[in-house]
Amino acid sequence: MSQQQYQVIRDFLCIKMPKEIDHHHAETISRRADQFICQEKVNNIIFDFEETDFMDSSGIGIIAGRYKKVQVFGGKIYVVNAGVQVKRILSLSGLQQYIIWMKKDRKKNAEGRSQVTWKREEN
Amino acid sequence: METRGKLKTENWMQLQFEARSENESLARLAVASFITPLNPTLEEMADVKTAVSEAVTNAILHGYEEESGVVYISCRLVGDLLEVEIEDKGKGIENIELAMEPLFTTKPDEDRSGMGFSFMEAFMDELEVESFPGQGTRIMMKKKLGTGGWFEV
Ligand SMILES: Nc1ncnc2c1ncn2[C@@H]1O[C@H](COP(=O)(O)OP(=O)(O)OP(=O)(O)O)[C@@H](O)[C@H]1O
Ligand SMILES: [Mg+2]
Repeated sequence: MSQQQYQVIRDFLCIKMPKEIDHHHAETISRRADQFICQEKVNNIIFDFEETDFMDSSGIGIIAGRYKKVQVFGGKIYVVNAGVQVKRILSLSGLQQYIIWMKKDRKKNAEGRSQVTWKREEN
Repeated sequence: METRGKLKTENWMQLQFEARSENESLARLAVASFITPLNPTLEEMADVKTAVSEAVTNAILHGYEEESGVVYISCRLVGDLLEVEIEDKGKGIENIELAMEPLFTTKPDEDRSGMGFSFMEAFMDELEVESFPGQGTRIMMKKKLGTGGWFEV
């Protein structure tokens, strides 16, 4: 997982969030994200929670902290594939209004290869 | 029969560990395993894990300010009621009421959001905070669990 945990596509940084997000894991994620924001000039951040089944207030800190940095340049925060636990934490924190929610769809295309598409999700 | 019944529905455990962030997941998992025999719902399990994680993180991050110290956890199950206490002998809280306000944090520059106490309050049925500056902090939480009830092992 670690080799592709951070991926830059144009001015988007996509972060694959770990299984558990607590204070222990949060510092590295924030630090790495900030490196990409400064050095690679990414504007938008996509947090992918597909593999996450636990998150506490440390996750709020990661997202809110990154939001403060990218919104200065008009950047946006996307959240993909958040499960119920993550969604509950995000909505209790009041952060959900600053987030664009996305859902990942895996489909097979005509040649039988699997294709991933991201769709906007209404909350 | 009476005593057997009583033994079955009362249980306790205590845990103490060095105040290191690596141990946060240990604390959550220990409490989660402790309540498993009650057959809690996934939501109740997540609630308890989140509340424990918040209190333990606070002990490590604010109580001991990431220096050496011991975090104490003590859990008790009486019937379907869980009581958890999380204690540190760290720096303590000057103004508990202010500390418990949503969004209040003394570490805004370290990506803390001031939501820890709000989550403990939201996810548990009862929350009590006892703290003395220079002596430490004790968090007491209660939650009624398990619409599933105890199951036979
Ligand atoms: N065990 C403790 N010892 C000393 N101070 C504490 C302790 N727990 C909480 N505090 C104080 O209370 C404040 C609020 O705690 P709370 O958990 O709500 O927010 P936070 O830890 O600052 O941020 P978050 O939990 O969202 O990451 C903390 O900033 C800290 O000043
Ligand atoms: Mg906290």
